[in-house]
Amino acid sequence: MLNHNQLKQGTRVEINDQPWIIVSAQFVKPGKGQAFTKIKIKNLVNGRVIDRTFKSGDMVPKADVLDRNMQYLYNDGELWHFMDPDSFEQVAINAAQVEEVKLWLKDQESYDVTLWKGQAISVSPPAFVVFEITDCDPGVRGDTVSGATKPATLESGAVVKVPLFVNQGEKIKVDTRTGSYVERAK
Amino acid sequence: MSCPSGHGQDWRPSASLKALQTRANTLATLRAFFQERGVMEVETPALASTAAAESHLEPISCPMGYLQTSPESAMKRLLAAGSGPIYQISHAFRSDEQGPSHNPEFTMLEWYRPGWSYHQLRQEVLDLVQRCMDCGPAETITYRAAFQRYAGVDPFSVTEEQLEAEARQLGLTMESSMDRDSWLDLLMVERVEPGLAELARAVFIVDFPTSRAAMAQIRPDHPPVAERFELYLDGLELANGYQELIDPKEQRHRLMEENRQRHLRGANPLPLDERFLAALDHGLPACAGVALGVDRLLMAEIETKEIAQVMAFPKERA
Repeated sequence: MLNHNQLKQGTRVEINDQPWIIVSAQFVKPGKGQAFTKIKIKNLVNGRVIDRTFKSGDMVPKADVLDRNMQYLYNDGELWHFMDPDSFEQVAINAAQVEEVKLWLKDQESYDVTLWKGQAISVSPPAFVVFEITDCDPGVRGDTVSGATKPATLESGAVVKVPLFVNQGEKIKVDTRTGSYVERAK
Repeated sequence: MSCPSGHGQDWRPSASLKALQTRANTLATLRAFFQERGVMEVETPALASTAAAESHLEPISCPMGYLQTSPESAMKRLLAAGSGPIYQISHAFRSDEQGPSHNPEFTMLEWYRPGWSYHQLRQEVLDLVQRCMDCGPAETITYRAAFQRYAGVDPFSVTEEQLEAEARQLGLTMESSMDRDSWLDLLMVERVEPGLAELARAVFIVDFPTSRAAMAQIRPDHPPVAERFELYLDGLELANGYQELIDPKEQRHRLMEENRQRHLRGANPLPLDERFLAALDHGLPACAGVALGVDRLLMAEIETKEIAQVMAFPKERA
């Protein structure tokens, strides 16, 4: 169980028999009065965002969720399939649950799959993933310092801004948290 | 990126050096203000054998005693000993209070004026704030009028059910049951404080419900009110003052009641401060007293909503 001041951004809690992740938490207290923690939480199953307020003394159960590192296998048009590389156990998640990471999916890459009561409910990508550029305008030689960028489409379908000297067919490292180019990769 | 200690840049102060200079200047201004007015600076222990029993203040305990949530009891012992007007700038400690405008360790300015009314002291609070920054004139409204204006309820007659319904209309869903005072506190932070912030001026809220009297004297009006004031600047509570309770019997009763409230919500009761009560038995002069959050004053001065912007090392870097 968590008390109200352990309710921090990123903590996963169970409320109304559902798993939620805390998006933001704010401590408020009128002078000499009751302290409250206001949290904004996002449902880990359906993505719905709601507000809740707790007073000091309230206890909140932690969500019974665990993250497993799994390889992305394929998309059958309806479900996205992942596999635990150790146990070969497979799980599938639906379009709504994969929505936010869809553009960062790559075959054989490892992802954190969140399981709630044994059922896969969401997936998050590693902070950095290497992708091949499948489409972008031709490179400009020598321009490594100006900071100018151009859009590049990656094998996953994502479009990121890359420096002018980067070419189609090359591989680049992308920060999936910000969707930004980091460096050229081999 | 390589960082063996895992602390990156957090050895640095969270406040700018400019803000720290403002802090130094403000501390000098506060001391000059009281020196000019013949108020004596005092120092009382931060570590003591007990802490004031208050339902919603949680002291930090350690093997040797308690860190003080405010220097109030010790300063009243000095007043009873005949100190005359006194002030103190000290650190106060409150467990679990951490947020954009709260840090568990903070700087408090507290002062007492024997023979003064809380109305006189209110004026002096404003004089002091105006010395530190240009905050303009202040508006004074009662706790009751503030709730009627911003929350649409009369805090002296509204029922628990009405408060709950009002909160639900605001989209505030509580996860547990709340008593009447807790609902009022919630409306205070959700409706009244934002309303005061929109006024964009200094506001004194005066005359609180008796259940929110703390150590203030009660005036037998209909309904009776606690002679207490709070100063808000841009919706942020800056200071809290009382016509001080001087009756030792009533004081003992209130400390025991606070302990009872603490027990009801699962907090440990605190040992009664018998030296403080003995001082009241001896005789505390009629006086008005106030505590002002120095960090909050600095936040107003440099116009920030983050307490970390005015402290060198807030809890997460301490």
